Amino acid sequence: MILFEVFLNGLLLGGMYGLIALGLNLQYGIARILNLSFGEFFVGGAFIAFFTIMLWKLNPFLSVFVSIPIAFALSWLIYQFMMVPLIKRAPDQDALDADAVLVTFGLFFVFQGLALVNWSGDLRGYSYLSVPVHIFGATIALNRLVAFLGACALALALYVILRYTRVGSALRAITIDPVAAGLVGIDVRKHSALVFAAGGALAAVSGMLVSTFVSFSATSGVEYTLKALIVVIMAGVGRVTGTLAAGILLGVVESLGGYLIDPALTIAINFALFMLILLVRPTGLFTRA
Amino acid sequence: MPEIVANNRWLIGCFVLAAIVLALLPMFVSGYAVSFLLLMFANIALATAWSFFSGATRYISLATAAFFGIGIYTLAITHVYIPIGLALAAAAVIGFLVAVLVGLSTLRLRGVYFVVFTFGLTELVHQVINWWEIKINKTATRYIFSDVSNVAIYQILLAAMLMTVVGSWYVSQSRLGYALRAIGEDETVARHTGINTTWVKVLCFALSASAMALVGATLALRYPYIDASIAFNNSWSFQVLIAALLGGASRFWGPMVGAIPLVLLSEFLAGTFPHHFSIALGLCFVVIVYFIPGGLAPLIERTWYRLRDSMRTRPAAA
Amino acid sequence: MTGPRETLLGVTGLRKAFGGLVAVRDISFDVARGSITGLIGPNGSGKTTVLNLITAEFPADAGSIRLRGQELIGCRSFEVCRARIARTFQLVRVLPGMTALENVMLGRMFGSEPASPTLAAQDAEQLIARVGLGGQAHLYGAQLTYIDQKRVELARALATQPELLLLDEWLAGLNPTELQVGIALIRQISKDGVTIVMIEHVMEAIRALCDTCTVMNAGEKIAEGTPAAVLSKPQVMQAYLGTDTGAGDAAA
Repeated sequence: MILFEVFLNGLLLGGMYGLIALGLNLQYGIARILNLSFGEFFVGGAFIAFFTIMLWKLNPFLSVFVSIPIAFALSWLIYQFMMVPLIKRAPDQDALDADAVLVTFGLFFVFQGLALVNWSGDLRGYSYLSVPVHIFGATIALNRLVAFLGACALALALYVILRYTRVGSALRAITIDPVAAGLVGIDVRKHSALVFAAGGALAAVSGMLVSTFVSFSATSGVEYTLKALIVVIMAGVGRVTGTLAAGILLGVVESLGGYLIDPALTIAINFALFMLILLVRPTGLFTRA
Repeated sequence: MPEIVANNRWLIGCFVLAAIVLALLPMFVSGYAVSFLLLMFANIALATAWSFFSGATRYISLATAAFFGIGIYTLAITHVYIPIGLALAAAAVIGFLVAVLVGLSTLRLRGVYFVVFTFGLTELVHQVINWWEIKINKTATRYIFSDVSNVAIYQILLAAMLMTVVGSWYVSQSRLGYALRAIGEDETVARHTGINTTWVKVLCFALSASAMALVGATLALRYPYIDASIAFNNSWSFQVLIAALLGGASRFWGPMVGAIPLVLLSEFLAGTFPHHFSIALGLCFVVIVYFIPGGLAPLIERTWYRLRDSMRTRPAAA
Repeated sequence: MTGPRETLLGVTGLRKAFGGLVAVRDISFDVARGSITGLIGPNGSGKTTVLNLITAEFPADAGSIRLRGQELIGCRSFEVCRARIARTFQLVRVLPGMTALENVMLGRMFGSEPASPTLAAQDAEQLIARVGLGGQAHLYGAQLTYIDQKRVELARALATQPELLLLDEWLAGLNPTELQVGIALIRQISKDGVTIVMIEHVMEAIRALCDTCTVMNAGEKIAEGTPAAVLSKPQVMQAYLGTDTGAGDAAA
């Protein structure tokens, strides 16, 4: 039964990874910017949730009313004023990737530095909804379940938007070929900016959800950026629909691996899976290539 | 080889002169200056090593800290059993081998996979070593027993710096250098022109990593003890990146030009305001990427040529 | 032309699909040593894909490509180059940050007979003069005009000392004078012993240069023979023009 519990926890954790990765897949897959400072938005959302409950004594879920607008606006500004010049001058996607990586790496240091200055490197955590829930004989925490359901809901919403709305069709067109999309009258810049901003907002929401059951610090960003990157590559860049599944895969492998090998080796397990995918199917599990 | 040497006697003369002057310097300056200079040499060596691969091929490696730390740990682990000299060599070899592994897995693919992998490599190695130390050795710290003097460390780092700078220059004049540049310009064309791009990339990445590991191992000799958090600090990746990009990755002397002001700044600011320094660096870096993406080297070179040409065309004094 | 020639390149049953789209379907043709073979057909018929398969840009799904009897499928691009097959690209790819001379030097340094940078520079200077770029060796790729970039690319391909040269629409976009100079250049290269396969839409060049033509449409071979023979075939005209219009040049 323990194994089932481990698996279930992995499933829930994986849902979270999928959600985080969704934000990054929006930014890299659609807006085509590889954002290495992504994890910092996650951490920002976590800190705002933390202060919401610890300082203002409110339900941490309410923190999204603060963190979403901030993350959205900041990401939007970053795209418009920092990324657009890079897009204009890059001859191809590889050159753009190189430039975006450098700039966002710099941003990562700036944001992390700001976080360290303001909030120090101490580990933060709080307890919210850590009530046991019994499912099929296994015991899991309610906050993890809520986070997972939240992730599923958001992923479903995203799926519906992409599949059934006009904006969604425009976004899918941009994912396939931004130049062609522009030629058929889609305002690529405007849509990309919005998607990039949405990605940042998703990161903040994930941060809030995860903060309810995992402790974090100002330097936690890197690890989540990494996991998001791994999930995005596993799913396939631009494959928003497969991201949740890939995230769940990562979560389950990490959870089982942590239980069977050692919980202190989560990154190593992530990387092992990552390397396996790179060797076998680098374009992604859910691509048709 | 003789061709390159014969065509550049003046430059090689400069290298030799610089080597001699710098090697003798410790006899004339204070201990503080020696410490400062050896840090300078270390940073120049790291930045040049980084630029050697990433500057030419445009495969951005964010893993400098990982190899630096691998060097530190190799020394810390092996120096108890073997002489320091061998321990340093071991560090270089281990760095090389790890890079080959990383390279073979990711350099066959597009640049972005390589970047992502190197981004996480520092964290990965950090976590693995931390786990290993706590699990196997029951302790997170390792003590370094070394009576190697500061001056000796200075000389080793001087040698490392000369090796990377001269090596970088030498390669830039050779076939390998052309291959690297071709890969950076247009990898498809490089492949179709007979260049074994995977082999070139893996080899050069490994050489670069090996140098970084050596520098890390040498600097470790100055610490009484180390642990994974000290050894694997992403700041090294970042600082080296800035130095190389500020100076300009397209010339072998570019990283040197970038490293010098950075080390000066770091020496006078970082001690007192570490986080603010980090923020300031981050902003400077962003500015570099937007306004001087080629770094200072091309600008310096252009100014030099303009000065030289204006002096040549000046008519002889009437 | 005297008697039957030895086959330099033999393509058999070549097939490549991208997802659901079959770009190349069961393509077979032989290239005789010393000949100039045209590979023609409307846009999207798979001609460039055939070239890409020969130079191992991506792997073939099925089929065989034999150079002097040896199987090329499974080799990597740089190995194909060292096996003395060179190519130019449909969208010219000159390395922008390197000079014309350096671009050509690359071919000489890493082609079928490796050379040092010094030797490569000497040979490159000669090749640059040969393709008509005389005093422009020290201009950077990004500074060259379109036609000069094409010349550099051709020189770079020649620098690898190929036995087989694959030209992908090298004559596209040239004005009438440049076209005649280009045709003369290709003819001279062929006279110097290089076997040529050229993808072209400029029918004047095909008629002037090619010994034989293979016509492709929608991934399949629909005709083969001398330019005069294939260009008068109704199915070829239909492929280009879409309707049976009788006489007329299916020109670019």
